[in-house]
Amino acid sequence: MDYQNASHSVEHQIARRQFLGGLAGGMGAVAGGLGFMAMPESTLKLNKNQKRIVMIYMSGGLCQLESWDPKPKTDTGGPFRAIATSVPGLHISELLPMTAKNMHRLALIRGINTKENEHGRGRYLMTKGRRQTPAGEFPHLGAVAAKALAPANIGLPGYVRVSSGGGGSRGNDAAYLGPKFASITLGNGKPPLNCTLPKGISEAEDKGRNAFRQRANERFALKRKSAQTDAYTYNYEQAKKLMQKRDVFDASKEPAKLQERYGNHPIGKHCLLARRLLENGISFVQVTHANYDTHNENFSFHYEQLGEFDRAFSALVEDLHDRGMLESTLIIVMSEFGRTPRINRNYGRDHWSAAWSVCLGGGKIKPGAVIGKTNKNGTKVIDREVDEGHLFHTYLTAVGLESTDTFNIGGREYPLANPARGPIEELIV
Amino acid sequence: MSTTHSKALVADPKLTHISKQLQHTSPFISCRFDPTGQFVYGTAEDMTIQRWRLADGKKVSYPAVHDSWVRGLAFLDGGKTLVSAGYDGRLIWWSATSDKPVPLRKVKAHHGWIRYLDARPDGKLLATGGHDRVLKIWSATDGKLIRELPGHQNDIYSTFFHPKEPVVLSGDLSGVVKQWDLKTGKEIRIFDAKELHTYNGGQQVHYGGVRSMSISPDGSLLSCSGLHKAPNPLGAVNEPDVLAFDWKTGKLKTSHITSNNLKGIAWRACYHPQGFLVACSGGSGGGHLLFWKPGQAKEFHRVNLKNTARDLDLHPSGIMLATAHHDRRIRISTMQKKAVKKKT
Repeated sequence: MDYQNASHSVEHQIARRQFLGGLAGGMGAVAGGLGFMAMPESTLKLNKNQKRIVMIYMSGGLCQLESWDPKPKTDTGGPFRAIATSVPGLHISELLPMTAKNMHRLALIRGINTKENEHGRGRYLMTKGRRQTPAGEFPHLGAVAAKALAPANIGLPGYVRVSSGGGGSRGNDAAYLGPKFASITLGNGKPPLNCTLPKGISEAEDKGRNAFRQRANERFALKRKSAQTDAYTYNYEQAKKLMQKRDVFDASKEPAKLQERYGNHPIGKHCLLARRLLENGISFVQVTHANYDTHNENFSFHYEQLGEFDRAFSALVEDLHDRGMLESTLIIVMSEFGRTPRINRNYGRDHWSAAWSVCLGGGKIKPGAVIGKTNKNGTKVIDREVDEGHLFHTYLTAVGLESTDTFNIGGREYPLANPARGPIEELIV
Repeated sequence: MSTTHSKALVADPKLTHISKQLQHTSPFISCRFDPTGQFVYGTAEDMTIQRWRLADGKKVSYPAVHDSWVRGLAFLDGGKTLVSAGYDGRLIWWSATSDKPVPLRKVKAHHGWIRYLDARPDGKLLATGGHDRVLKIWSATDGKLIRELPGHQNDIYSTFFHPKEPVVLSGDLSGVVKQWDLKTGKEIRIFDAKELHTYNGGQQVHYGGVRSMSISPDGSLLSCSGLHKAPNPLGAVNEPDVLAFDWKTGKLKTSHITSNNLKGIAWRACYHPQGFLVACSGGSGGGHLLFWKPGQAKEFHRVNLKNTARDLDLHPSGIMLATAHHDRRIRISTMQKKAVKKKT
């Protein structure tokens, strides 16, 4: 890619002025760069104008019947009961008792039909808002958020993934937005690797070698600058700031009581880390919880997994609320698809995209709303059917973006979301 | 139920054949014969209990009083009273033989699922366990809680009264089997059945568990059934396994496995009065009856049940086996030569 495709001041800029309208205050407020991050937590003034997104990705395919859209005492209902929530008339699975108490802060979309039952393609369309095509790649929602929501000169990555697996490298999920908006994965919820100076190198020596590197970069860039060299330089500068702010990535610095509230398991620790990252200005955090691909013993495994999720997730929602962050933070709980209403011979449920649910909250999402409806035993959508395109528009709208807008990349317009769809307006405050 | 089979006829596993199929409208979860041997009961995914008279196939449906699936059945008073245990955490007493059964007593017994119910052969005590990890002993006559025995670090999957000794056992998801003194409530010892447990780091799930227990007719062996070799728990890739422990020493004597890597779970295994071990296996490899001789690792006979099996019971006569199936059938298998139908 030539630098022209991601050029100077217009590089990666959004075409229309109104797109920036909602962000202007946020960016101005952090003009001092990372200064606010150095403040002790008690005095840290959260930039409430900055919008953020936290996505809990239920990898493998969370079952809608064991979570957001239970159908007890039907042929597809399974053994779990439905329980009342803090929203009158709204019931969710008994596997989510702590979340049930927070439903007045959340909303459900129960009429999703994405027509895609394969893991990879389902993950693609749900996180990128469009179907995979041979014609080109689309950026992950995290990359869009990193570009559109991250304050200028934040220094930290705009898009962070927290997973139980390995981490370290930068993802390849930003498509035409460019590599500097791609994800950084914190494997096992640990801080990025090599964040401390190697033994035997003093700070003065490090400063000197960085100055030398910078001079060499600048000289090289005079004649041979490209998007890749720009991203390389950007990443290096970001890495320097990561080293300075290593503690931001360390959830063990949080009070012990709070850690206990989230739960002493990976999803608890990762949700707490997500909140810490969001609070410190990172625009998009994805926490992955595995594994819901329960073709076998679906009920035992959902019981096992959702018990941990319920505690961690409800703590996250309450913590965001308590800190006054809920209005500026969109919460998304999604999967690549749901699971079959039919219970198979192994007490399992298989892949099912024809009628399933997503949970949202915060930002401009209407608290307590339930959009869409499935039939009596959950086999099809009977009201307000939506797909990945509607959802993607809704996420962007919920954080104050104009979802029908475009990115201008090297003079070419790239729609933020599928132009054939629009947001779920009735879900937006 | 811990049953004794003193009047057992001669069974020949190699002659085992499906002799009867009893149909319902919902997949079955578990099954039991009553102590008189006249009836077979099944619990189904529609939250009901179904009863058939074996002689003529007459069916009686129990109302869906449980708020969830019924996993355990046990009999009292020689079969006159039925107790059901549900994933709703409740125990319900029923008049077993009524044509219009109604609940006689309901007890909120556990927080979360009850995964197993066993009745002591004298019909005086019940043992339950499940998601709250507490073994509970109940008075069968009035439903009162007699003992709470905490100590398991993971969900209890099965409970079992020793037929002759004053002890009760509880087996959990981790493969920990605790033996408890019924008189004092003290934990006596632990059998290590961890071979029946898997933690899959990639899928981040615990899987397996002690699905059933039984004692050999001479009292020398304790069997614990379940699964092993589970590289893909979420995909039902695992094999049945029944561990036989020396009752005196507590040491593992035999791991009963299958001859050609059959995929499935040994949902229940019972020692037959003639000394062999029979189990039902269900899972991605289909449904099978598996027969082992004590001390021999591989099965000496196997019967294909046409559909995945989820539970097993041995008829008091020792001749018949009942199995519960996903295809909405209870199958009765007979371990004797097929009856020849007379030509008319």
